Formats: sequence, structure tokens, C-alpha cells
Amino acid sequence: MKPPPFDYHAPRTLGEALDALAEAGGDGKVLAGGQSLIPLLNMRLAAPGQLIDINRVAALDTLVREPGGIRVGALARHSRVERSSGHPLLRQALRHVAHPAIRNRGTVVGSLAHADPAAELPAVLAVLGGWVEVASVSGTRTIPAASFFAGPLESALLPGELAVSAFFPSLPPRSGSAFAELARRHGDYALAGVAAVVELDASGAVTSARIGCLGVAATPLVLDLTPYLMASGAFADAVAYVRERAEPDGDIHASAGYRRHLLGLLAARTLSEAHATASSPGPSAHRITGGTTDE
Amino acid sequence: MFGEPIVRVEDPRLLTGQGRYLDDLGRGALAAAFVRSPYAHARITGIDVDGALDVDGLVAVYTWEDLPGRVGEPLPLLIPHPALTHGRTAYPLARDVVRHVGEPVVMVVARDRYLAEDAAGRIQVTYQPLPVVVGIEKSASAEYLVHDDVPGNVGAFLVQEVGDAPAAIDAAPHVLEFRLDIERSASMPLEGRGVYARWDADDESLRVYSSTQTSTSVRMAIAAKLGLPPAKVEVIAPDVGGGFGVKIVHPWPEEVLVPWAARLLNQEVKWAEDRREHFVSSAHERGQVQFVRVGFDDEGRVLGLDVKILHDHGAYTPYGIIIPIITSTQLLGPYKLGAYRAEVTSLYTNTLIVTPYRGAGRPQGVFCMERTMDRIAAHLHLDRIDVRAANLIQPDEFPYDQGLIFQDGRPLIYDSGDYPALLRKARDLIGWDSFGSLRAVATAEGRRIGIGFACYVEGTGVGPYEGGHVEVDSSGRVHVSTGLTSQGQGHQTVFAQIAAAELGVPISDVQVTTGDTRRFGYAVGTFASRAAVMSGNAIALACRRLKEKALRIAAEALEADPRDLEIADGQVYVRGNPSASIPLRTVAVLSNPLRYAFDEEAQRATQFATGSSPDEPPIAPGEEPGLEGKDYYSPVRSTFAAGAHAAIVETDPDTAEIRILRYAVVHDCGRLINPRIVEGQIHGGVAQGIAGALYEKMEYDSDGQLLNASFMDFLMPYATEIPRIEIDHLETPSPLNPLGIKGAGEAGVIPVSAVIASAIEDAEGFEISAMPISPDDLFRLRRH
Ligand SMILES: Cc1cc2nc3c(=O)[nH]c(=O)nc-3n(C[C@H](O)[C@H](O)[C@H](O)COP(=O)(O)OP(=O)(O)OC[C@H]3O[C@@H](n4cnc5c(N)ncnc54)[C@H](O)[C@@H]3O)c2cc1C
Repeated sequence: MKPPPFDYHAPRTLGEALDALAEAGGDGKVLAGGQSLIPLLNMRLAAPGQLIDINRVAALDTLVREPGGIRVGALARHSRVERSSGHPLLRQALRHVAHPAIRNRGTVVGSLAHADPAAELPAVLAVLGGWVEVASVSGTRTIPAASFFAGPLESALLPGELAVSAFFPSLPPRSGSAFAELARRHGDYALAGVAAVVELDASGAVTSARIGCLGVAATPLVLDLTPYLMASGAFADAVAYVRERAEPDGDIHASAGYRRHLLGLLAARTLSEAHATASSPGPSAHRITGGTTDE
Repeated sequence: MFGEPIVRVEDPRLLTGQGRYLDDLGRGALAAAFVRSPYAHARITGIDVDGALDVDGLVAVYTWEDLPGRVGEPLPLLIPHPALTHGRTAYPLARDVVRHVGEPVVMVVARDRYLAEDAAGRIQVTYQPLPVVVGIEKSASAEYLVHDDVPGNVGAFLVQEVGDAPAAIDAAPHVLEFRLDIERSASMPLEGRGVYARWDADDESLRVYSSTQTSTSVRMAIAAKLGLPPAKVEVIAPDVGGGFGVKIVHPWPEEVLVPWAARLLNQEVKWAEDRREHFVSSAHERGQVQFVRVGFDDEGRVLGLDVKILHDHGAYTPYGIIIPIITSTQLLGPYKLGAYRAEVTSLYTNTLIVTPYRGAGRPQGVFCMERTMDRIAAHLHLDRIDVRAANLIQPDEFPYDQGLIFQDGRPLIYDSGDYPALLRKARDLIGWDSFGSLRAVATAEGRRIGIGFACYVEGTGVGPYEGGHVEVDSSGRVHVSTGLTSQGQGHQTVFAQIAAAELGVPISDVQVTTGDTRRFGYAVGTFASRAAVMSGNAIALACRRLKEKALRIAAEALEADPRDLEIADGQVYVRGNPSASIPLRTVAVLSNPLRYAFDEEAQRATQFATGSSPDEPPIAPGEEPGLEGKDYYSPVRSTFAAGAHAAIVETDPDTAEIRILRYAVVHDCGRLINPRIVEGQIHGGVAQGIAGALYEKMEYDSDGQLLNASFMDFLMPYATEIPRIEIDHLETPSPLNPLGIKGAGEAGVIPVSAVIASAIEDAEGFEISAMPISPDDLFRLRRH
């Protein structure tokens, strides 16, 4: 369990990083928190010839509240975002990502780039309809969540591209979110998990209900359940629909049938909780105002 | 001192990173890596090493053909047994056929481990795959063979019998028959195995460091393999980061190959196992299928028990059939049965070898017996503890002869115990009698809870012997050494407690060395919960010899009768007259008549300073210079510890998650040397038991690939998965040894699967017959 040989680059600016990535082309890999990449290298499951370590690029170490959402820079660690994003769904989900020691190193953007189908953050970005800002020597582009996750451990990033930040839209007023998952051990990747967002109108009627599911498909599965939640008494139908739409695989930790069963339970739980939060009066903790976060 | 819960003296060093583990040593040594078989069963048709030759820093590549003489012979079968008619062991490097994934095929030595792995990755081995035997049923069917010359894949067939169980069952008023399954797990110490060897060409001697549970036996094995006199081989177990059984196996291929290569290359060579290697090239344990038939009366008394055990021992049998022998004897637990028969068939499969892991066959035996007790209770609608109580050996029946032969080749005679008291205490500790109301409350809240119970007896402290050596130096420091090794159990503390108590010295003056053949050459090893019993007693006996000598010398100096002397706080004094005293360090000086005064203390023992009689030799016949004591402890047979565990679990009606709400342990290991350390051992054991009950298994596919060979997928529980453990003790001293102690190392793990199964069964209302059990398993069982 020692990595194969590689050249190591430690750029200090975004420009240097992009140059190094461009030069490396398909042979290059970005090293962020290293919590996923280093094990892959040590097990020789990945053998990039060029490693571009972005940890010294201070410009990427940002966490900025903007109108409409929170922008998470490529070096913002899970633990910082958990503490300071002010975004309820991010906070709810990050509690389930690994353990504190790993959250102190691992990055939110790294987790998105890694695109593990059982990871929490891709499902959160997907259900919120967020996006990833990407840069390369030839310019920048914005990739919406819906097209960012291409398959298990596969993102839409091309060789030479760096994910610079991710944007998580904030929740509107009179909305609520919830996150729940089931893992074999505390902090493990989930067997199944659900991030739910429910929005209400002024009268308290549901105007939107969406869930992002993890662990039950090759990429995060976003389902719009608004019709079910608008109609009264259709909650059970929503759960049945969720189970029907999921395409979980069975593996050594859980059968497909059990995952499907869990997904329904988790969807019901999170939808109820999100609905209850949206309905409860009180200061709208969910609104995000502009400026840098206070930590 | 003896019996006090003092904190572990080794912890500050180990917890602040001052430990010296195998891989902390030999920084400049060459590194070894191995090409291991990716096939579970295959014939090697070619090995092409050319690709590796380009790697800068490569030093050597070895295959079986390079191994001379005894180095190339199969590894020893460590524990032969008449029933093991078809024992087979591996070659250190595969000769022509590989029989499990992970079997070493090529050894690479390079400047460092990175380069060694680079080179290993470039070596091409071609294989012709052979049919793979995975799983007990597949092995028993004998459709394919693991070894061509082992018919039916049967390595051993063993029967243990008292009375005529089949006849007793046929005549019994009630009979039950069922099957039980237990999965594989593994010791999985934090530190893997490792070997580091230094050859001294001028001295023609070898020093080997190994992360082993037996340095003395590794030394003998290496000496034999390399044709060296044992006196020219030193083996040292440095700090060892856990063993739990896997490191008692020896010599591992690497323990032969690394020293051999170090001598051949005349350079230091080191190999430190990585986690992936550990999963596929060390050892596993536990896997068994049991077919149970039991006959009993209306009170639940067992009239006859007949168990057919199919034991999966993996691809080779270097450690013999110790595990199924223990299963089939310790299965009896604290009970006296009308008649008993166990039939063990020990089977080959194309999987990693199976050797003892903490508990060593007992968890399987206890699972069988305790599941049987629960089934009897359910059948008769009796209380589960009452059924157990009806079968217990009573306190006035000790020594109790179970009529079988135990793993040490000696009769299975329980030395002492009070099993009814154990049961009572455990019943009280968990609140068995008030559980009904607890359940009623939970049920009203829509929750499901259940309570479980299990007992066990553990034969501990098996022979043949251990020794202890104690020396007081001229500064008053006490040096204790014993040949058996430590893997983190707290030996530095408990052995020091024993020596401090025996000698009357402050514990801070005592230094303990274990597992270093330079200090103590004769030893057996650390396994079978034997360190405290064996080395503890040997050290006590050695201290008594030393003390006797010290009092004799002090008596002369104080002009007193040795019988009037005592030692306290490092001072020998006349009882009732503390002013007439002499420090032990001075006694140490006087014990060694000197010609040369190398320091101030020594002046007192030189030939013109002592007032010894001019007509006597300075050292009387039969005496030795120095203040030392050495002795051995060799018991007639094992001493039997016991315990009862109980747990309350909650099962989620929706998600099928299983949560342990309470876990209670009552434990009897005779006199407690240090209750804190015993409780630590119990905590660790229970944690490993919970691991085996709810989390860990080895996921082999039908091709013999281990699918979960990493900590990501092999679910060793975190601290977050382990509940608080409530402990109560009972102390029935062992009459077999001077200190009255019994072993405690393995106890915690033994009944856990049985307890958890019992509790889940109670919560769910259907039978639990296989462990471990995951939420997915429970989900599936609910639908059946
Ligand atoms: C024991 C353990 C448990 C874990 N449990 C969970 C869990 O429950 N849920 C979970 O979601 N995660 C879990 N993780 C993974 C953890 O969250 C990782 O930190 C995360 O997946 C990757 O983030 P990183 O910063 O460590 O990325 P790295 O490991 O540095 O990189 C991961 C991959 O993403 C690429 N990458 C990283 N950053 C960028 C970038 N800015 N632009 C382009 N490519 C990039 C890398 O090249 C690499 O391919 C666990 C990890 C461990 C070790």
C-alpha cells in the first residue's frame, strides 16, 4: 500500500495550478483534502503521473455568502462549511460525512468532484439545483448539478479542468429541509439517504417538494414529489413512487430490496420533517444574506 | 499493590508516540514486498521477472526455486494431533500450486518499500486456474479438492464423547434438532505482522525483530530453517500493536524469508505487512456450521447433546486443529449434561488459513450451547435463566471432571467456580426480573426490545510452562523478565505489581521486559489467556527465591534471624525494630563479592571490606553471586474462568437497525491482580464480540476473492458502535496456582454472539440461527 511514482506540483496561484493541470492533461490529478485520493493511490487503484496539490492556493480557500446562496471554494473543508455556511441543508448533511478528523481535511468541492454515488453532498447540490464553477487555461464554465454527476466516481470535469467552487442555492422563505441516511457504522457512506426540501406558500400549502437520494442509483436521484404533497392523503403514494423510481444495486452491505425499503422510509421521514420545519413560524434561519461568512 | 486498580504504567509511553513498533525500527533496512496470488486455486505456469529488472533500487527477486534446503520446505505443522490425519502446510513461496488468494509467490527486495512494490507490480506470473472450493458446504460435498491427496477435503475427523448421547436423546421426553451458522472474522490487530532481520557476518549471528506472540519459538524455528545454532539467533518482540491470536502462528513465510535474505544479502531487510496483505495473507477464524440434536426432560435438563461440527480451516493447517478441539470441549460451558457427543469434521477450502483469534473456537461452542438452552426454554415455555440454572455444575462439585481431553492434552477438569452465583449476579445486574415492565413501556411506544443471556467457561493458562527472572541491581532497581510476549495487555503493569507485592518494593523501582530472547530464552508464548497465570506465577515464584536469598544475606549483615526479617519499601528490616534495617540495594551489593570497586557502592563488597570468614569460600557451595531469582511455573492442567453476560437490544420495526441498549458482564477470573486491567480486557473483548455479532464477516465470493479486504468494507466497529459495558466480578481463587488467578484476556469476546442472538430473538419472536446479523439480514428474516 504505497503509491506508484508520480510528479508532485505545489502551485501557489490559480494560474499556476491551471498551467500544471493543462500540461499534465489526462495524466494529471488534483489533490485537495486527499481523503479519497490518497487511499486510491496507496491501493494503486489510481496511478496519475502528475499530482497537482492545490492546498497552497489561498484564493481557493473561500466560503462566501452571496445573494441567493453560498459559494464554497475548492479548499473549504467539510468542517468549516458545516460550522459556517449558514445553510441548513448543508449543515444537516455534513454531519453525516465521515468523522471529524476526515471532515477537517476533506473538502466539499473534492467530494463533489469525487462523485461517489453514496456521498451526501452530490445529492444536496442536486436537490438544490446548484452548480459547479470550473476553470482551465482556456477559460471557465458553469456546470449545473444535473449534468455534473456522470456516473459512479465520474464527474463532467475534463482533463485540465479544476473545480474552483460550488454554489449551493439558499432556500426560499417558508421552506424547510431535512436530511436522513442509514449507514452501517457511524460516519460510513450511506446504504441509502435522502435530502428533502419542501416549500410552502403564504397559506401554508405545499408549492414544491423535492428529494435528492443517495446510494440508490449511479448518480444522485432527484425526484419532484410536489403533486403528491399538494394532494392530501397522497403521502403513501409518494413513498411508493420513490421506491419505484430508485434503482439501487445490491452489494455486500445491503441488498437492493433493503435499500429500496430504506429509501421509502427515509423519504417519508425527511419529507415530514422538512414540511414541519417549513410550517413552523419563527425567524427564517434559512435565508442567507450577502457577504463573507463569520466563523 | 496486588489487587489494586492502578493505572497502566506503559500507557504514557505508548499514548505519546514513544512506542517502538516493528516498522519504527530499521530505518535504513532494505524493504521486502511480495507478489501474492490473485487466484484462489491455480497452477503456476510461469514467472517472468524481467519487467522488474528496470526498477532502479531493486536488490533481489526470489521464487521458490531460489530457496535452498530447509528454507524451501513446507512450513512446520506446529501442533500435530492424531485426529489430524491429513495436515498440510504451505511452502514459504508457492512451489507449483496456490491455494488461496494472497499466498506469497515471489519475494522482492529493494531499497525501500515503494520501489519494492513498483518491482512487484511488474512481475508477471501466469496461472492456470483450478476449480475453487469456497464455503463449508462446497468443501463437504468434495466435488473439487483443495489438495489432490486429501480425500473429501477432510483434514481431521475428531470425536469427543462422554456417555451414549444418541441413545440418551432417543430416550428423552423432548428432542430438538437444528442448524447453526457462524461466519468468519479475524484478529485484525492495529499493527500488522512484520519482521526485521540483521545478520552479523563477523559473528555469524542473526538478530530478528518480529511482531510476534512468541519470540522464543520463532527463534527456534528460524534457527532450524537456517541451520544456525539457536545461540546465534536472537529474537525480540518489540512493542506489538495487538495480536489477538494471529501472531501466535509461526514461523510465517516472511519470518523465514526475511532473515534468510538478510543473511544471503548481508544487509538488513525489513518487511512490514500492510492492511491489504493482512486481510489475505495472515489468518481468519470462526467459520463453522453446527448440526445440533438435543434431548431433555420437563425441567429443561439436558439428557443428551449430539453436535456435528463442520469446521472450515482454510487452505492449510499450520496450527493444527486447536480451534475445533476447543469448540468441542468448551461447548459444555458451566453445565453437566447427561451425555455428550461432538463430531468435528475439519475441512479444507481455498480461503485464507484459520487459526485462533481471541476466544479461539469458544464463541462458536458457546453459541451452540446457549442457543440450545434458549430453544429448550422456548420449547418448554420456561424462563431462559431457570433452564440454565437447572443444568449448572454446583459449587460443591469441584473439581469437576467433564470426562473429555482439553486442548493441552490434559483432562477437562474444572478447578473451581461458583456458577449459580454468577447467574444470580448477572440476572440482578441486567434487571432480568423487571424486564417485563420495561418491555411493556417500550411496546406502548411502538418500540421493540429484547433481552438475552449467555454463560461460558474458559480454560485458561494452558501449559506447558513459563519462567520468570528477577534481579535487584546495586541501585535497588528490580528487573523482571519473562519470555512470553506482550501485545498491549498491560504486562508491564501487572507483572510489576506482582513483583512489587512479593518483594516489598515500590512499583516504580520495577522494570519489566517481555519477549526478548536475550533476556529469557525459555518460553512458550502469549495465547489462551495464559500470561498472567503462567508468567505471573513464575515471576511470583522467582521473587520468592530472590527474597529468601535477600533475607539470608540481610540476616548476616543485621546479625538477625532471617525469619524475623521483612521487606517494605525496598528496605529489609527486623520485624518490630524498623531501625535495624538495610536497603535492598545494599543487600544486592553484598550478594556479589567483588575484587574491584568500580563505584562507591561496590566498595562495600570488595574483598577487604567484607568481614567474611577466611575459612569459607566467598561464594558458598550451591550459591551464586548476585541478587537474582529464577523459577518456572508449570501447571498440571488449565484453570477455568467463567462468566455470564446479558444484554438488552432494540430492533427498529421499520429500518431493522439493531442497537444494544445495555450490556452487562459478570466475570470470574479468580483473584484480580488489577481490576482496571481486567475490565479493560473485558471491554476490548466485548467490543470484538459485538463486532462478530453485528458487523464483521469475510465476504468471499465463489471464486475465492475476498470482496471486503479493507477497513472501508470490513466493518470493524468504531467506538460509536460499542455501548457502555457494566461489569461485576466474582472471585473464586484457583487452587492450582500460588496466586490463585485465572486468565482474563479472552473472556469478553466469548459469549457475545450468543447473548445478542438471544436478545434479538426475544425482541423479534423468531429464531436466530446465524451470526453475524446485519439490518439487511434482519429485514430478510422478517419477511420469511
Ligand atoms: C474513513 C472515511 C470515511 C468517509 N466517509 C464519507 C462519507 O460518509 N461521505 C462522504 O461523502 N465522503 C466520505 N469520505 C470521503 C471524504 O468526504 C473525502 O474528503 C471527499 O470525498 C473528497 O474530498 P477531498 O478533499 O479529500 O478530495 P481528494 O481526496 O483530494 O480528491 C478526490 C477526487 O476528487 C478530485 N478533486 C478534488 N478536488 C478537486 C477540484 N477542486 N477540482 C477537480 N478535481 C478535484 C481529485 O483529483 C480526486 O480524484 C470518507 C473518507 C474516509 C477516509
